[in-house]
Amino acid sequence: MLIESILVLIMVNQDGLSKCVVQPGRLNQLKRILMKKSDFFAAHDMKIVPVLQNAVIGIAGCGGLGSNVAVSLTRVGIGKLIFADFDKIEPSNLNRQQFFADQIGMPKVIALLENLKKISPFTQYQIHDIKLNEINIPLIFKDVDILVEAFDKAEMKEMLIETWLQNFPEKPIIAASGLAGWGRNELLHIKKIDNLYICGDEETDLQNGISPLAPRVGIVANMQANLVLELLLREI
Amino acid sequence: MTNNIIGYKKMKTIMVNGNSLAWEENMNIDVILQRKNYTFKMLIVKVNGNLVKKTEYSKTIVPPDADVQIIHLISGG
Repeated sequence: MLIESILVLIMVNQDGLSKCVVQPGRLNQLKRILMKKSDFFAAHDMKIVPVLQNAVIGIAGCGGLGSNVAVSLTRVGIGKLIFADFDKIEPSNLNRQQFFADQIGMPKVIALLENLKKISPFTQYQIHDIKLNEINIPLIFKDVDILVEAFDKAEMKEMLIETWLQNFPEKPIIAASGLAGWGRNELLHIKKIDNLYICGDEETDLQNGISPLAPRVGIVANMQANLVLELLLREI
Repeated sequence: MTNNIIGYKKMKTIMVNGNSLAWEENMNIDVILQRKNYTFKMLIVKVNGNLVKKTEYSKTIVPPDADVQIIHLISGG
């Protein structure tokens, strides 16, 4: 199994090489913790739990946006998450993505699954280690109630949104655009056009010195997750 | 009196992201992007609620009074 084959990872830092040892069979060694569902949801308003547990949410991309969205939606108790990414974790991802140093080199979907399972056993996860395109997007995400767009590159965002609006115009898609840099909380907003929602400032492009950083990416990811809840719970 | 000015003709318009823009004969999406000075490459375009794919920009003629939404997609995530 892939995870068990990663015994030792070499991380390069300013001091040279440092070793980061990963135990074989780590997933199996996670402590089995017995937890009652009623205890996990004890802090929830009980009216919302069945709605959340019946929901299926798709997440396209598991980087800064997707990994943060997945963590929040797992904590609120979404019934099933379907997420896809083809990338492997690199050291530069750790500045904003919900991964750990000992996961460098792992496929993002597998590392995210490992982390989410450590948070809650009350969400089911379906993972796809694949590069998304016009053909596989409708197949992978056809059963979701809402899709979260969580890509990095603008051309992939465009491809995903066009594909979604063409195939499932009746299903909401929550995208993000404009989240690089720091500060300027007040510029972040949500734009709605029919079933398409855009979270972000819609203006800050990547350029020299302006890159995505944990706080602002985390805010926008959680705007997306919060909007998922708003749409799911609007009948309540 | 104001309605009888000689040569007066009500100008046809479209709405682009909530702002009025003069309508033109054979106005396609590329023309709208030029008129608005939009230089962004990655966009989502809807006309009267219907998606217009990038490959259809030059072929899609927009009628008077159309409601056009153009969203600019930016990298980062």
